[in-house]
Amino acid sequence: MYKWGGDPKRAGAARRFFHRVWNDKCFQRKKLRRKGRVLFDALTDKFSGIFRSLSGRGRITEANVSDAMREVRKALLEADVNYQVVKQFCKDCLDAAMGAEVIKSLHPGQVMVKIVHDELVRLMGPVDTRIYFVSPGPTVILLAGLQGSGKTTTAAKLGRYIRAKGRNPVLVADDLQRPAAIDQLETLGQQSGIPVYTDRIQDAVKVARDGVRYAKQNGHDVVILDTAGRLHIDEEMMQQIADVAKTVTPHQIYLVCDAMTGQDAVNSAKAFNERLELDGVILTKLDGDARGGAALSVKAVTGKPIKFVGLGEKLDAIEEFHPDRMAGRILGMGDVVTLVEKAQEQFDADEAAKLQAKMAKGTFGFDDFLKQMEAVKKMGGMGGMLKLLPGIGSQLKNMEIDEREIDQMRGIVHSMTAEERRDPDIIDASRRRRIARGCGRSVQDVAGLVKTFRRSRDMMQSLSSGGMGGFKSLLSGKTDLFGAMASGRVPKIKQRSKRKRAPRRKGNKRRR
Amino acid sequence: MGLFSKTVAYLRDHLGKTRRKITSSLGSLLTLGRAIDEDLLDELEATLIADDIGVATTERLMEDLRAAYKSRKIAKSEDILPFLKERMKEYWPARDRELHAAESGPTVILVAGINGSGKTTSIAKLAYALSRDGRKVIVAACDTFRAAAVEQLSIWADRIGVQIVKHQMGADPGAVAYDACEAALARGADYLILDTAGRLHTQKPLMDELAKIRSVAARKIPGAPHEVLLVVDATTGQNAIQQAKVFTEAIEVTGIFLAKLDGTARGGIVIAIKDMLDIPVKFVGLGETPEDIAAFDPDEFVEALFA
Repeated sequence: MYKWGGDPKRAGAARRFFHRVWNDKCFQRKKLRRKGRVLFDALTDKFSGIFRSLSGRGRITEANVSDAMREVRKALLEADVNYQVVKQFCKDCLDAAMGAEVIKSLHPGQVMVKIVHDELVRLMGPVDTRIYFVSPGPTVILLAGLQGSGKTTTAAKLGRYIRAKGRNPVLVADDLQRPAAIDQLETLGQQSGIPVYTDRIQDAVKVARDGVRYAKQNGHDVVILDTAGRLHIDEEMMQQIADVAKTVTPHQIYLVCDAMTGQDAVNSAKAFNERLELDGVILTKLDGDARGGAALSVKAVTGKPIKFVGLGEKLDAIEEFHPDRMAGRILGMGDVVTLVEKAQEQFDADEAAKLQAKMAKGTFGFDDFLKQMEAVKKMGGMGGMLKLLPGIGSQLKNMEIDEREIDQMRGIVHSMTAEERRDPDIIDASRRRRIARGCGRSVQDVAGLVKTFRRSRDMMQSLSSGGMGGFKSLLSGKTDLFGAMASGRVPKIKQRSKRKRAPRRKGNKRRR
Repeated sequence: MGLFSKTVAYLRDHLGKTRRKITSSLGSLLTLGRAIDEDLLDELEATLIADDIGVATTERLMEDLRAAYKSRKIAKSEDILPFLKERMKEYWPARDRELHAAESGPTVILVAGINGSGKTTSIAKLAYALSRDGRKVIVAACDTFRAAAVEQLSIWADRIGVQIVKHQMGADPGAVAYDACEAALARGADYLILDTAGRLHTQKPLMDELAKIRSVAARKIPGAPHEVLLVVDATTGQNAIQQAKVFTEAIEVTGIFLAKLDGTARGGIVIAIKDMLDIPVKFVGLGETPEDIAAFDPDEFVEALFA
């Protein structure tokens, strides 16, 4: 206790003063503490980031995915993908993945497996399973392959498949080699109700030619030629099938390939492709548990798409080829791929939540703006996919953002100070001039960007107050905005109330 | 076994053809005086894998090789090939490769495999070789499922002059096997070869059916089937291991008939099968005519593998 000049009247004033100072100090301390916590969070983030990059986990490098790549390589080899193909494929994947970002909850190896998986899908696709029919017919389809690959069964399956498309096919039994091959096709024809042309002579070229003539005379618009199985190194037989192809000039030539084929698949596929100019591959016996690496090998050496897969002995067991299913099967690491996909979804959700929180707080600055813009740019690849969604396609017309446009924006933003980026409201005429000088754009460009930014921020804030639903609908709003920006005009959006558009001072964060 | 001695030369010719077709790297790889380093071992590994030997077995062979190198059993690159050949030949002792025979009465051979592996053609070859040797052979068409399979075997039986037991399409394969066993006993046949429908080993009901055929034969003729051959296509990859495993579980496979070895595939998968499941290879198929069969010769096989 202390005295203040002995004047009792002033004691109250002293106490009040003391309290004010004290409270102020408390307030300051609280504020500091809060600031400290924010700072600390930011630091942890930074440190963990540094740690990750130091430990080499933040981005994909050759070193941190070497174990995963060894696993991948082994998996591919065990799936019977050709050794040379595996080597080249792994190298390509690694080159493509180098430096790719690794999401926090994941290991680089896991991300790498996903990249490999996607690359497999890309390599084996896109699939065009359409059969191109010619007019006037008949469309001639030739099936070739090694012994026992499943040509005859596939011929009957394909016949049924084509008939279901409203065509009138005929099967031609051109396998004059194997005992009872003609009988087999005849039986299959009876079972499926598809006519079979047979001629029990020993001249495969003549049978093929007569078969096509027969089809013309009897109004069949598709001819499916079942040929004898042959070894790709059997010169005589290869010449024979080349002669058949020369005589009837098939519109489509398919190689029928057993899914269980091992390393040798490349040799036979290459040889057949050189002699016959294949149009596609039909992969058979996929109903077994073979991993089917031959699919990748054959695609890699011939460049010809896999069109259909055979899935059993029943005549309806033929399906169009799905590269994603095949990729999962060959790689056999479905669980890792799923894990990464989930983590990426989670990551995106986290980012979105962070952004939303920022908007709600009103701390949405130019850095976030730029980040978002780049995210949209990244989505360019997704544009095609989104267009497929009903109702969205038409809205996405101005989704195309000019890359140069974004570069210009980035230039402007980068010549702002950190403070200006955080709080664009402080940008006045003098700052605009400086920014314009810094980035080599006109003052009007800078002003336009700031204006656009404010509008978008306002719009987002009003949207984010509507919760997640509002956030989701943000996409369309953003699109309009960016589309207009790309075309160089500032969009006329609905007028907001004066209160909302009033310039705000730094620290005024209460407004929602 | 003198039965196939004639064909061994044929095998050599045939594989020689294959050998030239393929631009093999091993010959050029292991040049005289080249030091054994990691590059060389990598390339060696690649060659083994390219032969369908499989990752696991290749790794084992490479480990052996490294161990031998460390213990100074081999020092130069030209020692590698003889070492690997020796190591692989150890897989197939001579006793393994003989065809089992019944002490008295008919020897029953059950032949199975997946679709398109070459069962019927292989049976024709085997029947032809046995009948040429003066044995009385009966073949049974237990493949009543696939279109024209019975016709296919009938044509073969006609061509090579052996008897056939067959039923209608769609008949019970067990019933065919029963009748065939009775016929073999009644006619005093030396060999009865049962042809079965191709089936994927993943189809449980079909594997059960196969087990039933086996038990029918076992009940009718004591000790039958004396030999159970799995026909494996030489072009098949790693899935053949799984095939051999599941077929063995169902019908106790005693040997492998390696078909279609006349292509560019060298059938290295049988090394993996021997390594993992200890099933020996007994015959190889080398073409489409009945003569194109040879007893499996590990020396020739391994030589061809590294040619």
